Amino acid sequence: MYKIDKLNELAKAVAEKRAANAELEPRRMTAEEKDTLLATFHPDYKQDEFTVLSAGVNKGEKVPTQLAELLQGKSRISAADVDLTAPDYDTDVLIIGGGGAGASAAIEADEAGVKAMIVTKLRIGDANTMMAEGGIQAADKPNDSPAIHYIDAFGGGHFAAKPELVKNLVTKAPEAIQWLNKLGVEFDKEADGTMVTTHGGGTSRKRMHAAKDYSGAEIMRTLRDEVLNRGIPVIDFTAAIEIILDENGKAAGAVLMNMETKELLVARAKTVIIATGGAGRLHYQGFPTSNHYGATADGLILGYRVGARLLYADTLQYHPTGTGYPEQIFGALVTEKVRSLGAKLVNIDGEVFMHPLETRDVTAASIIRECTERNKGVETPLGKAVWLDTPMIEYKHGEGTIEKRIPAMMRMFGKYGIDIRKEPILVYPTLHYQNGGLNISVDCSTDVENLYAAGEVAGGIHGRNRLMGNSLLDVIVFGRDAGKNAAAKAKESAVPEKLTLEHIEKFNKELAEAGISSDTASPMLLPHYARK
Amino acid sequence: MENMVNVYLFGKKYTVPAGLTIMTAMEYAGYELVRGCGCRNGFCGACATIYRIKDKQELHACLACQTEVQEGMYVATLPFFPLVKQVYNIENIKPTEQIMMQLYPEIYACIGCNACTKACTQELNVMQYIAYAQRGEYAKCAEESFDCVMCGVCSSRCPAGISHPQVAMLARRLNGKYIAPECGHLADRVNEINEGKFESLIEDLMQKPIEEIKELYNTREIEK
Repeated sequence: MYKIDKLNELAKAVAEKRAANAELEPRRMTAEEKDTLLATFHPDYKQDEFTVLSAGVNKGEKVPTQLAELLQGKSRISAADVDLTAPDYDTDVLIIGGGGAGASAAIEADEAGVKAMIVTKLRIGDANTMMAEGGIQAADKPNDSPAIHYIDAFGGGHFAAKPELVKNLVTKAPEAIQWLNKLGVEFDKEADGTMVTTHGGGTSRKRMHAAKDYSGAEIMRTLRDEVLNRGIPVIDFTAAIEIILDENGKAAGAVLMNMETKELLVARAKTVIIATGGAGRLHYQGFPTSNHYGATADGLILGYRVGARLLYADTLQYHPTGTGYPEQIFGALVTEKVRSLGAKLVNIDGEVFMHPLETRDVTAASIIRECTERNKGVETPLGKAVWLDTPMIEYKHGEGTIEKRIPAMMRMFGKYGIDIRKEPILVYPTLHYQNGGLNISVDCSTDVENLYAAGEVAGGIHGRNRLMGNSLLDVIVFGRDAGKNAAAKAKESAVPEKLTLEHIEKFNKELAEAGISSDTASPMLLPHYARK
Repeated sequence: MENMVNVYLFGKKYTVPAGLTIMTAMEYAGYELVRGCGCRNGFCGACATIYRIKDKQELHACLACQTEVQEGMYVATLPFFPLVKQVYNIENIKPTEQIMMQLYPEIYACIGCNACTKACTQELNVMQYIAYAQRGEYAKCAEESFDCVMCGVCSSRCPAGISHPQVAMLARRLNGKYIAPECGHLADRVNEINEGKFESLIEDLMQKPIEEIKELYNTREIEK
């Protein structure tokens, strides 16, 4: 039951029309309808929420205002603060970030026989990977193929992705699943081993593999266990705050900061992988977020300062179904799998207002339209929202389906007295994913030699909109590739001789010349939630 | 005036708005969290917390990000617990009863007090999954423990010194790798890809003019 009687009352309209709504197969929007909808209602199109950069390699391009403030913010150190001649750590491959991409990279670098080391500002596994619920895509069923997966991903991303990256993503997908399975990751399977797969928004084949609705958690905890089994050093509660270059401008390590003692440390490496994830905790446009506490765009800042170009940094994913109510879980992710299993989106009148499995950007824009222009949203103390008719899942597939397939969702709402098997839930878009990021080539290299990027921090794989299940896939495929390629490069490289932080002063000068003076400490590292 | 409640963070009293979680109440009180805060969504186990309501006997365990504050709540967070994680090579072990005896022999010292189950922040039947592990029933152990977020509260209450989440982790990996049925269509597809079956198909798509691929996308058949 909802604590607000009015909501219980309104939910009745949803229940009354459930049987009829379950029968419906709502029409999909045409390409033109989608374009108009996005241009009118998607947050990426709100021009006044963006700032044009005045300094750095993407000068003249627009990025979200909060990101611009950090990209053009103030380094936490000056070169004089650290002694680069006596590194505290020496390794072949330095991996910044302990999420899915960082852990995958570490395992592959270790497998290649080089010294790898992970630094992470929180703990290994504290990452958006851990929170991915719905699943991971791979075209491994007989009616599917990597080519069909290619069309879905490329089209879903509005034909903006780098084709060679999409090719890499879809072609290595089945092997990624196999690799995970051989590490012991559990996937939902039939008794004969056939993978249980469902649709995601914008997929044309059912290729979403899952481990209940703990898919990312199951993958992440297994990767973490493997990293620890291999004895790969993990330096936790230690953030990278500047990339170090050598005298030839190649990446050669990072300056680290102990998050608790604030001690500064120097790590020297032959190659560096940035795998720091996304930026949801910057709360672009005031949105709540489904992201991890540490999702503060650090990697974009680290890379940008040393000259790594950003690609599509102006495109963000607002997941259509963030929790709209209650306040304790406001903005928390309601997995797309809820819709994959058959729940439909319903307005205040109990009407299904769209096909539930359009791509995420289209679905988010459609929900925003329902709550604004059409005024068909449900008013809560936190703002407007629409219904997601979860009981429809068991109406269609029988009792017990929800507990078996989406136990995390049942638990999350159950803690606040809402039984999603019997009551519909309230949803509204939440800031979920950074579609763009550091520009990479197919080998995961950035524009700076010996500097690699993988996972959410990288851009170009998903174009301007990512499909469900392609992010878990991306962190595994590109994380592994980054590890292999950074290891191979490290093998043929000598230990960097002269380390420098000259880029800090150079960047400061560029900022000054552009008339920018900022006191914003950058990278941000953690959001500022403490009440002052 | 908002509805306020009194909570005691590490014994110190703060008055905070009702409706906050323990985590947001700490932030309301002015804490800048570094430890004991992770996904803020109930998946990562970083914010294990023990609490007791004033004048009541019972100790409760929860995740700070998932639990609403109550009047008179005495709160101690458990941001780290020294679990024992044994190291092994997943390729070289087998899902036999012996492997648990070798790696986590302390599970056989379980006295059946069920404190682990009572403490579980995910309401799992922890003692039951340990029983399955003792008997080498790893598929059952994996299923029973599946929703574990490895917060470590169970182990903090265990008189036998068992690191339950690590035992379950081993069981799930054994199950995922060795016991659950192998997937035939996955192996077939990997072989096809390695033979280059889709190479020219995808290369062809990559070369297509944008208008052509738009047409392909907009008219593609969608599986029901």
